[in-house]
Amino acid sequence: MRKSSIKLAVAGIAALSLFTAACGGSDDAATDTTAAAAAECAELTPVKLQLQWFTQAQFAGYYAAQDQGFYEAMCLDVTILEGAVDIAPHVVLANGESDFAISWVSKALAGREGGANIVDIAQIFQRSGTLQVSFKDKNITTAADFKGKNIGNWGYGNEFEIFAALTKAGLDPAKDVTLVQQQFDMAGLLAGDIDAAEAMTYNEYAQVLEAVNPDTGALYTAEDFNVVSYEDEGVGMLQDAIWADGSRLSDPAYVDTATKFVAASIQGWAFCRDNTQACTDIVVAKGSKLGASHQLWQMNEVNKLIWPASMGAGMIDSAAWDRTVALSLEAKNLEGGTVLTAAPDAEAHTNDIVTAALALLADMGVDTTGSAFAPITVTLLEGGN
Amino acid sequence: MSPLARRSIYRTSMFVLSVVLVGVLWELYKLIGPEDGGKLFGAAVLPRSNDTAMPHIWSMLSRYGRPEVRGSDRQIWSVVLAGAWFSFRLSVAGFAIGATIGVGLSVLMARFKMVERGLLPYLVVSQTVPLIALAPLIVSWGGKVNIFGFTWPKWLSAAVLGAFLAFFPIAVGTLRGLASAPSASLELMSSYAASWKQTLFKLRFPAAIPFMVPAFKLGASGAVVGVVVAEISTGLKGGIGRLIIEYAREATGDPAKVFTAVFGAAALGLAMAGFVAISDVLLMRNRPKETTT
Repeated sequence: MRKSSIKLAVAGIAALSLFTAACGGSDDAATDTTAAAAAECAELTPVKLQLQWFTQAQFAGYYAAQDQGFYEAMCLDVTILEGAVDIAPHVVLANGESDFAISWVSKALAGREGGANIVDIAQIFQRSGTLQVSFKDKNITTAADFKGKNIGNWGYGNEFEIFAALTKAGLDPAKDVTLVQQQFDMAGLLAGDIDAAEAMTYNEYAQVLEAVNPDTGALYTAEDFNVVSYEDEGVGMLQDAIWADGSRLSDPAYVDTATKFVAASIQGWAFCRDNTQACTDIVVAKGSKLGASHQLWQMNEVNKLIWPASMGAGMIDSAAWDRTVALSLEAKNLEGGTVLTAAPDAEAHTNDIVTAALALLADMGVDTTGSAFAPITVTLLEGGN
Repeated sequence: MSPLARRSIYRTSMFVLSVVLVGVLWELYKLIGPEDGGKLFGAAVLPRSNDTAMPHIWSMLSRYGRPEVRGSDRQIWSVVLAGAWFSFRLSVAGFAIGATIGVGLSVLMARFKMVERGLLPYLVVSQTVPLIALAPLIVSWGGKVNIFGFTWPKWLSAAVLGAFLAFFPIAVGTLRGLASAPSASLELMSSYAASWKQTLFKLRFPAAIPFMVPAFKLGASGAVVGVVVAEISTGLKGGIGRLIIEYAREATGDPAKVFTAVFGAAALGLAMAGFVAISDVLLMRNRPKETTT
């Protein structure tokens, strides 16, 4: 009797595993269709992309392109490498450990000046997303109001817009303001250690709006803060761009891969523009630990930095490029140093690849200007959940 | 009740008591401490006691029972536990590598005075290299190093960094222990015409155990620190270090969350030290109680 019940249990488990195998089968079928689409390719070209930070909506377009099979359709097999505290994307790229990298322009140009042969081939973020956030009662509405205040900054090359704004407002960073090293959270601002804190529209600014105001017991609102936008101050520096290995750009096969990679990435960003929620879900599924409302906010704010793109997404606007270079040469930090000591050569950026990529996308009927783009409204919940 | 059982009950209750005491002190400070911190001549001397800087004990504990992010069906305790288990395995691997290298080096140094003179300064210098400077270098081996078909996995880099911190106290402690065999015993061994190897295993190692156990405890906690720092610095996914940095980003809106991961790391360190303490009991149980002089 006992033996037969064991047999029954075994049979049950076997049936169960068959059932789960069958369930898994439906997933396989889904990947089979994308595989069929890619079957026209002789083989997939392996591509490694190095990000600046952990998986989050800041990089949603690349994850969407991977998830939606856009890369595969271009015969690419893309591996996305996450960033971390001590990982500098341009170094990884220059060392040949990745094929492409995402980096801010000023930081990457500093790397180029240091000998890393890297080239900006697509300017994904058309605008700067850096803010200086302060409580209303501090009356800081422009960079000129920074005088005599405690100004938070992150350092590590993320602070140059602050110095550019101070220089432009005629202030001496060493004498007229107190610069405070800021953690990567906004506790310093809320505690009052910092009068105006550096924040990205898509991340830290959301964090203060997710925190509880101890005086009211409710969340802080946008009305509680003044925001100085460096883009509006005229000192916005170009941020997330796709960088390629300059030493390989003479190889036609690499240029071809780069063109396809940029095209599929922009297609991914276009998908995220039109499917904000779905794209957020893709990023969450890739293992981002950030809360759902925070992630949706980030997706929406990142969309605002990319779209509308009047010249076409990824095109490097020469005025914005020149401004970024000029500020990198002029803005002095606390030690009197600048990001760059000499203007980068003309080979530091090229629109050739992105132009070819946009032509490819135009043939496919993908909208790459997003002139009708309208951001959604995101309600943040406590803790970003 | 055996004396051993009584002693372990006493020890456990003292541990629980000390944890409770720390909790009481925390809450007491929150009650009487200045909400916005105390300043002396403009320099902050007392920490802030508000809920952002110091969340209540119960809000930290209750955070364990809530989902990691809304809509996720995984509660934080299971995420932290999984992270701690991941880091624990890396720490054990790092500790094993570190112990092998440390003991190996100490035997070499005990055998050949020349090696000791030549090597020991380098060992000391190796510990002055900052871990975060080394981390990106070793992590870049991941996927690149290929030895006879063995591809270097990324997690092994974190374990190697753990080993880097673990081997030094083990090497130094074991070396001191191996040299601690009383000269009368050494003379006895040589009068038996015992080989160096026999002396090593029958006399020097048993004599070294009281020195090795604390060295191994230091090495064990060093391995944990190395692994956690490596995870933070290189963003290795799955471990407690990565959780700490991910949760720290949300410290503004959800201050209790980061503490859940920090406690996980502390528990991990305790588990490693306990691991060594158990092996200590096992190794020492057959030792004569009187001291060998």
